[in-house]
Amino acid sequence: MASLKTLKNRISSVKSTQKITKAKKMVAAAKLRRAQEAAEAARPYAEKMGEVMASLSQRITPGPGASPLLVGTGKADVHLLVVATSDRGLAGAFNANIVKRARQTADKLIAAGKEVKFYLIGKKGRAVINRIYPGRIVHFQDFADVKNVDFLYARRVGQDLVARFREGEFDVAHYFFSKFQSALVQQPTEQQIIPVPVSSDADAERATGPIEYEPSEEAILDELLPRNVAVQIFKGLLENAASEQGASMTAMDNATRNAGDLINTLTIQYNRTRQAVITTELVEIISGAEAL
Amino acid sequence: MALQFELVSPEKQLRSGTVHQVVVPGAEGDFAVLEGHAPMMSTIRAGAIEVYEAAGGPAERIFIEGGFAEVNETGLTILAERAEPVANIDAEQLTAEIERAEQRLARADNDSERAQAEKRLNTLRTKRDVAAN
Repeated sequence: MASLKTLKNRISSVKSTQKITKAKKMVAAAKLRRAQEAAEAARPYAEKMGEVMASLSQRITPGPGASPLLVGTGKADVHLLVVATSDRGLAGAFNANIVKRARQTADKLIAAGKEVKFYLIGKKGRAVINRIYPGRIVHFQDFADVKNVDFLYARRVGQDLVARFREGEFDVAHYFFSKFQSALVQQPTEQQIIPVPVSSDADAERATGPIEYEPSEEAILDELLPRNVAVQIFKGLLENAASEQGASMTAMDNATRNAGDLINTLTIQYNRTRQAVITTELVEIISGAEAL
Repeated sequence: MALQFELVSPEKQLRSGTVHQVVVPGAEGDFAVLEGHAPMMSTIRAGAIEVYEAAGGPAERIFIEGGFAEVNETGLTILAERAEPVANIDAEQLTAEIERAEQRLARADNDSERAQAEKRLNTLRTKRDVAAN
């Protein structure tokens, strides 16, 4: 049986752990609200942008003149997996879920004989992916130098991706992030960002006839396509930020509760041990007195 | 006669619903969109869009700082960089912003910075003109 002193130490150490998880939970709850508002406000724009892109890609006639960002390079040999995670842990399975989703896709692509490259945003995905797919990470960046993830940050990422695409580094880009549903539910999501995914819905037939461009098709597409990449990246990062806080809050809530349970068990054990020690002492004293 | 109209900016969705007619400040001139308009895609310059809920009714004016307009079979979608109802524009704040932009232009010491400052200033001046009438 553990001694009184070790029990006391364990209780106090669990108590200080509980204090930390409780504080982290409060911080996450406070940050969650703002992150959630930002993510939800950004959704309609990104969705409308996606709709506009889908309707454009249906109308465009595939040919040498068509922008590869819209219709693709005609190949699908090299796939770039853009994986967005967070910089910090203490968020339950948040980062692990995103990485798991990316791994599923990567394994499937590798099994199909495709080449897979990784483009990582955020610290937490790096170690795992580097271990499982060594040498396949083409770029890594974290959020150390940015305080708030804003549209400018997403635009830089988008520009970098578009530049790499133009140089022929990859044919298809998939984007992995965690879609925020509620503080309890975050959905790891995969989205194809380059080229623009062709919507497979049944009413694809409705879009017919040429579309008029002002000022010109090239001018609009040149501006709109890179912008779409940036907007989709930005949406993913905002969803991620909200998901991270949600996951963190849930995980820390569980941790706080577990610590509480542990403290209860340990306290009972401590009290029993203490009583046993007192009883033993009394027995010794009494039997000593009787012997006299 | 109803036109499905969506107006979104990166911050939020401003309008979604059916209207009668929308006048859009296109990059190459204003154009009006009614139901059944031919599919088109246009960039927008800074300016006010006019939304008519009903034929001959009053127009609601919303200031837009550039973006894209797409017309397809389902309706009109405007992706604005930034949007603000004209009625909400704060004249004093706008004047202060214009002054700051002017100072920035005066301080700019290379071409790209100057071009940027000039663009910003023009946008703000357009906004002031839109708010004034």
